[in-house]
Parts: sequence; structure tokens; C-alpha cells
Amino acid sequence: MRVMVIVKATPASEAGRLPGPDLLSEMGLFNEQLVKAGVLLAAEGLQSSAHGVRVQFGAGGSTVVDGPFTETRELIAGFWLWQVRSIEEAVEWIRRSPFRNGTETIEIRRVFEAEDFGESLPADVRVQEQRLRAQATAKI
Amino acid sequence: MVSSAAMAVTETHRTIDTVWRIESPRIIAALARLVRDVGIAEELAQDALVTALEHWPHTGIPDNPGAWLMTAARNRALDRLRRERMLARHHAMLGAELEMEERSGSDRSEAAAADEIGDDLLRLIFVACHPLLGAEARTALTLKLLGGLTTAEIARAFLVPEPTIAQRIVRAKRTLSDAQVPFEIPRRAELAARLASVLEVIYLVFNEGYSATAGADWMRPDLCEEALRLGRVLAGLMPGEPEVHGLVALMEIQASRMRARLGPRGEPVLLMEQNRALWDRLLIRRGLESLARAESLGGAPGPYRLQAAIAACHARAASVAATDWSRIEALYEALARAAPSPVVELNRAVAVAMSRGPAAGLELVDALSAGGALAHYHLLPSVRGDLLAKLGRHGEARVEFERAASLTQNERERTLLLDRARTDGAPPS
Repeated sequence: MRVMVIVKATPASEAGRLPGPDLLSEMGLFNEQLVKAGVLLAAEGLQSSAHGVRVQFGAGGSTVVDGPFTETRELIAGFWLWQVRSIEEAVEWIRRSPFRNGTETIEIRRVFEAEDFGESLPADVRVQEQRLRAQATAKI
Repeated sequence: MVSSAAMAVTETHRTIDTVWRIESPRIIAALARLVRDVGIAEELAQDALVTALEHWPHTGIPDNPGAWLMTAARNRALDRLRRERMLARHHAMLGAELEMEERSGSDRSEAAAADEIGDDLLRLIFVACHPLLGAEARTALTLKLLGGLTTAEIARAFLVPEPTIAQRIVRAKRTLSDAQVPFEIPRRAELAARLASVLEVIYLVFNEGYSATAGADWMRPDLCEEALRLGRVLAGLMPGEPEVHGLVALMEIQASRMRARLGPRGEPVLLMEQNRALWDRLLIRRGLESLARAESLGGAPGPYRLQAAIAACHARAASVAATDWSRIEALYEALARAAPSPVVELNRAVAVAMSRGPAAGLELVDALSAGGALAHYHLLPSVRGDLLAKLGRHGEARVEFERAASLTQNERERTLLLDRARTDGAPPS
């Protein structure tokens, strides 16, 4: 399964302050561990909302609003995409991340996979699958 | 009603399971180097796990659970070696090694420790994929020791009874033990062959997940993911090996098509008919990056790199028409030299037909037919039918599609082929 690991914004990230060399180095090592474990799919840092815009749709059409945006709590500073076997595995990796010594909140969300869209298997394929399993377990 | 104490234990157990899946390959690998036996290494690792299951619910999860488990497991291994030394004849040799091991445990630098773990993991991969073992045994053992899958999970994945898998693994360990297979990274002279054995296992696991005809079974995409992870781990451990990057590239790109491979009625959708908007661009990007790494390492291209390059040609094309078919043709020619097989020839014929016209492709297919290979492979008459239809030879096309339909095991595919026999087999009105 895939998860998106979202790093929420902080006043520091919103102020455009880059992490110090120690933290950058720790983060580099952490990402390396994730790569070596075959877990890391993508990792990006986002520039502060001062460099972004919002497009608001409404009755009158659309409006473009320049950042910065004030509700830091609602903003994100970066994200990863990981391939993991379970949410628990993602949690375990986050516990080992450089964030473990800080006060940030990291959010983990499941990515929709094809199976999640309720494209249910046609009935006869499901029955065939169940029959195969029954045969496999019965062959003892 | 479950007491809160019981719930805490359950949660701790879940965390321990998760930690175990992450750490167990490294732990087993390190122990295998010490005790020189993969089966014993696994037992000792399991003992450490049991200790964790007993203690952590009371003491809490340690800050560095991996290190805790590794230390507990190593101590057990050293205890065992000490006991063996008392019984062994070669005291001196074992004694010196034991001392070295006991000393090095504490004053190793982190980087050196990481390197050693990497080496141990690599040794474990090579041993689990030893050519002494049959493909099925290698696969089961690799998934158990390196994938951290349970016997039950492996059995489910391959639709085989659990006791069968358990036996397979027991026998595999015994074979390795009896043959006293050394726990080492193969020497240069043997490396290519041993590596081929490893790559074969990983790709086998991938294909088991990829080719499942019942597409949405939860275990099958997991198999592709497991194979991809193993491939990526191997690429991290052997960054200088182009075929490793080639295999990873091939798997990433094939996996990118998973959502497009099944139609609404559960029928397989061939590459050329797939909705390319459903291809996963992140995986394609990763695949192309791995391919670039493989190519930058130079050397004569191996079969995985070539297959990946072919897959990349498709991945880069927005449509069938936009595909660089002459490049694909050239790649199949190279693949036919590197790893000749009738299926490769058939695919080459398709590429030739796309780049030079159906008549040219048909010549190759006819040569293949005449040779007698692929006599029971439904795709041969299917391709032949397609080319004949394109050449306006509809009656012959119908015969081929009907033959193809009779050769396939897959219900849906048969329906599709019979449909084609009707539509392509009739002259255009």
C-alpha cells in the first residue's frame, strides 16, 4: 500500500527559514534509510505559502489570492510518498525520523489504490477465486 | 469487554510485529554470519522476538527497538557459540572469532555498522537464492527470511497449502545446511551466475503478483510490492550492478500499468489497448531513472536492462501510434541475442509489424510457426490472426483467432478471441 506522509507547516517553515545543517544532514540520512529499505517513492519540500496562491471558486467565478496564508495549522510544508505494508509500518518509520525529538505533527494518509474504488470483481471471478482457495486449503 | 491492560498488550504486540517485519532480515543476516547456518539464525532471531513479546508490554517499547532486538539476538548467538566451543574440537579458531565478535560489538562506528549490516543482508540474499535450491524453494525461503512474510501469507500468495510451504522451507534450510553452503558474498567469478539466481527469484515473485488473473485479490498487488521492495533493497546494496537496476526498472514500469491491465469484466487488457491515462507516472519516472542508472554503468546490456528499455519505449509513448517501434524492434533483436526464446521472437515479430508493416511481421511469425515452437501458446495464433486481418486475409484470420481461443485457459480471453474471430474474420462491409 502507499501512504502520503504530510509534514505540517510551522512558523519557522512559513517564515521561509530552512532547517539548519544538522537537521538537513539527519534528514538526508533518514531518507537514505528509506531508500535502502525500498520504502521511499517520492519526497518533496514545499516553499512557504508566501510563494503560493489560492484559487477560490464561488458564485462570481474564480478569484486568485496570493499567499502568505495565516492559518499555519492548515498548511503543509512537505510530503513523502512511501510504499509500506501497513499504516503501523509508516508510524514506525516516522518514530525513527528526525522529527522524533521535536514537536511537529506528522500526518499519514492512505493513497487510494485501484481495489479501493469498489470496482468489484465480477461474481463468477470471485467464486472461482474462492474455489481455488478452498481447494488449496483442503489439499492437506 | 477487553481490559485496557489487555488492549495495551495487543497494541504493543502490533508494534512489535511491525518492528519485526522491518528488522528481522538484518537480524537473521547478522546471526547467520555468526552461527553459519540460516535455520539456526532464524530460530535465534525468533527467540529474541519472544523475549520482546514478553518484556516490552511491561517495560514499554525501547527507543531503538531494532538495536534492542539485535543485541538480544546476538547475545543468544554468542551464548550458543560459547556452548559449542566447549564441545568443539577447533577451540582456537572459534575462540579467536568469538573474542573478535565480543569486542567489536561495542566499539563499532555507526557507518561501519551500517556497512556490515549491508554486507550481511547481501550474504543472506545470496544464500536464500542459492542455485542448489529449486525455484519454488528459493522463493519461499526468500519471502520468509527477507520479506518477513509468515508461512501462512506465503501460502496464500501462491495458492498452495500452508504445510506445503512450511515443508518447502524446512527442506530448503536442511539442503543448505547439509551442503554447508558458506555464508558469503560470491566471488567475482561466480557472481554473475549467483546474481542471476537472485534476480530470477525476485522477478518470479513479481510475476506471481502481476499475472494473477483474479486481479483485485489483496495479496497479489502486495506480491508485486514485495518484489519491488526487494529489488530496491538489492539495488541499494549492489549499486554497481546494471542488471539489478535493469530489473528494478522493469518492475517499476510494469507495475505502473497495473490499474490499466484489467477491463471492466475482469478481462486482461493487452498493452496496446490499455488506457494510458491510468498508467502511474510516478512509477514510470522511477523506472526511467533506474534504467538510466543501468545504462550509465555501461557494459553489454543484459536481458533485464533490455526488457526494461523496451518497457520504457512504451512508457514514454502517449499512444500506440506515437511509440518508437523501430527502437523496440532493435531492442528485441538485442534481446534475442542476449536471451533467445520463442516468446522474444514473437514479440519481435509484433514490433517488426508495427515498424515495417504487417507483411514483414507475418514472415517472422510464419517462420516461428514452422519451427514448431509455441505450438500451445495462444498468443501465437492470436498475433498471426491480427496480422492476417490487417492484410485483408479475413478468412484465414478467423481460423487463427478460433485456434487461439481453443488454446487459452482464461474464460474472458477466450470470449475476446471468439469476438475477434467474428469481427475481424468477416470482410469489412
